[in-house]
Amino acid sequence: MAWVLEDARSAVAASLRRRHARERRFRLLGLAAVLVGMLFLLLLFVTVLSQGIGAFRQTELMLPMDVTAAQVDPLGDGSRESLAAGNYDAVVREAIHRSLPGTAPRADRAALVALVSVEAGFRLRDRVIAAPELVGQRVELWVPSSDDVDLYVQGRVNRDTPLAARELEDRQFDWVDALAAEGRVVRVFNTALIKNGDSRNPELAGVRAAFRGSLYMLAVMLVLAFPVGVAAAVYLEEFAPRNRWTDLIEVNINNLAAVPSIVYGLLGLVVFINWLALPRSAPLVGGLVLALLTLPVIIISARAAIKAVPATLRDAALALGASRVQTVFGHVLPQALPGIITGTVIGIARALGETAPLLMIGMVAFIADIPRSPLDPSTALPVQVYQWAESPDPSFVARTAAAIMVLLAFLFAMNLLALMLRRKFEGHAG
Amino acid sequence: MAAVTPQSEDHDKATTMPSETEVVGTPFVDTPCMRVRDVSVRYGGTAVLHNVSLDIAHHEALALIGASGSGKSTFLRCLNRMNDTIDDARVSGEIRIDDDDIHGRDMDVVALRARVGMVFQKPNPFPRSIYDNVAYGPRIHGLAGNRAELDDIVHQCLDRVGLLAEVKDRLDASGTSLSDGQQQRLCIARTLAVGPEVILMDEPCSALDPIATARIEDLIDALRERYAIVIVTHSMQQAARVSQRTAYFHKGQLIEVDETDRLFTNPGHRLTEDYITGRLG
Repeated sequence: MAWVLEDARSAVAASLRRRHARERRFRLLGLAAVLVGMLFLLLLFVTVLSQGIGAFRQTELMLPMDVTAAQVDPLGDGSRESLAAGNYDAVVREAIHRSLPGTAPRADRAALVALVSVEAGFRLRDRVIAAPELVGQRVELWVPSSDDVDLYVQGRVNRDTPLAARELEDRQFDWVDALAAEGRVVRVFNTALIKNGDSRNPELAGVRAAFRGSLYMLAVMLVLAFPVGVAAAVYLEEFAPRNRWTDLIEVNINNLAAVPSIVYGLLGLVVFINWLALPRSAPLVGGLVLALLTLPVIIISARAAIKAVPATLRDAALALGASRVQTVFGHVLPQALPGIITGTVIGIARALGETAPLLMIGMVAFIADIPRSPLDPSTALPVQVYQWAESPDPSFVARTAAAIMVLLAFLFAMNLLALMLRRKFEGHAG
Repeated sequence: MAAVTPQSEDHDKATTMPSETEVVGTPFVDTPCMRVRDVSVRYGGTAVLHNVSLDIAHHEALALIGASGSGKSTFLRCLNRMNDTIDDARVSGEIRIDDDDIHGRDMDVVALRARVGMVFQKPNPFPRSIYDNVAYGPRIHGLAGNRAELDDIVHQCLDRVGLLAEVKDRLDASGTSLSDGQQQRLCIARTLAVGPEVILMDEPCSALDPIATARIEDLIDALRERYAIVIVTHSMQQAARVSQRTAYFHKGQLIEVDETDRLFTNPGHRLTEDYITGRLG
């Protein structure tokens, strides 16, 4: 027997080296995979951040406005109606001309007006209507610059930029420099980005309408998909008999989870808009479609979480005379809740990032008005990203990245909430 | 200890016995607490228990012994209808507790499990406070009128399993924070709290160290004063220590039931002898 033992030992020793080497290789491979993943994530964040950070600030110009009654009070009675009908753009135009000596009011008119946003006139109007006593005075007012000026102030374009790639000429840069020299140029937080809906003017475009739309859809999904999904999972896992029908249902749920999202959009178009005549472009419909889309994911993850609750816990409750319902709601669900919440949030977060199904129900649209209810026309954050990304305007490129940041922040906030809920319920259960 | 005597031939229940059953010993007692007649269990297509007939006396600890897969745990789970939770389990035969048919129309399984409590192999306290663990049963059955009564029940039950002194300062601590032995005693206290007549124990000490085991065995002996206890065990020493009668199961059949002393010293069946002497199982 001795020689057999010898052989076995040397064989083991030889194989040990191989096994250790394999283990080392695998560990290195795993580490490399993690590093590559981190690298891509970092790359994503860095690109988005570097492109989008500029969109969170907006250049404003201080212009001396001569608010003359002739221009802003056409009816001459100083009433609200009269002031609202005034020609404030003319006041702004003259103010730019006045603050830049050496410019010709007529010949340079277009070039001068290109410096400020169309918002400038509206801001002056609001100011004057709020304080009618300003009529006849000179008002120093900060107004938003055009996005082209903003790009120049940011340093994204300069005199070396080919003319084809910029909207402003060198002399307009000179004017901005002149204003800056007087301290009349400043960059402030871009409130338009979070207060406005979409706009054709990049300096006025905001994500408010899209954010609202996503929020409404989130609410519809939470109200619909979560309870329905959990109830279905509880029924299938705890109450349904195991037979051909439940097998069929299970297979179908798994298949539904793999159905492309645009198919759900078509379904929503046919069922909710054509049959039920719900309004087009409404977050209610979007929420319904996304709820359907998430339902299989929620059911599958909730079933997994319920299945993971040890049978001994069920036995303990049942053996004390608890009914099935008491066992499920008193013991199984609380124990499974952290897992269910995680699954639900992942499902909902995925759905909120969907664009394709919204395409079919008309939520891919230019929406300037902030929706006031889930029935108002609206769009969603990922759709806003998609729409801005289509524009070649470098200012919209920055806003695209900014919208991505808002979307990511929204999803991170949801995940954080889920994590906190998970902790809370785990603490409660443990 | 209850009078355990062989049942007379002319007893009315004897006629329901299947003819092929040749159980050795004394399966039947006078005025039993639970009466099991001709019980068989199938899981899907497999029969795991064949025509078992057996009485459980008041104030006795009945030990069920046998190799793994002999059907003793299945038999135990018949007594409080825990087999109902297994989808393809089919139980046939008759089981009565104090003359009430446990499969009868007017027997609710919830009510049955309040009368026949169960303690499991692995301590399984609820992930809640010690207090809530014991209070759960009385709460769902509405046994306590107010908080003071509930407090009373919880304290009594914890006291009866010898846990009160150890945990009375931390009734709010999680049940899972206790040691394994304490957890198992908590599970017994939880079972006592619903006021059962019979307590089923499925290898209650197999996850415990010898000291905790000894405490549980002492407890079983003390509990026998008020309850009938059926205990499944793999340890023949344990069966000998805690039980008055022992039933030996083999491949789904009840082979022999007898007073524990007699069964271990003078087994009546060759299979029993082989098992207790270690030649089998």
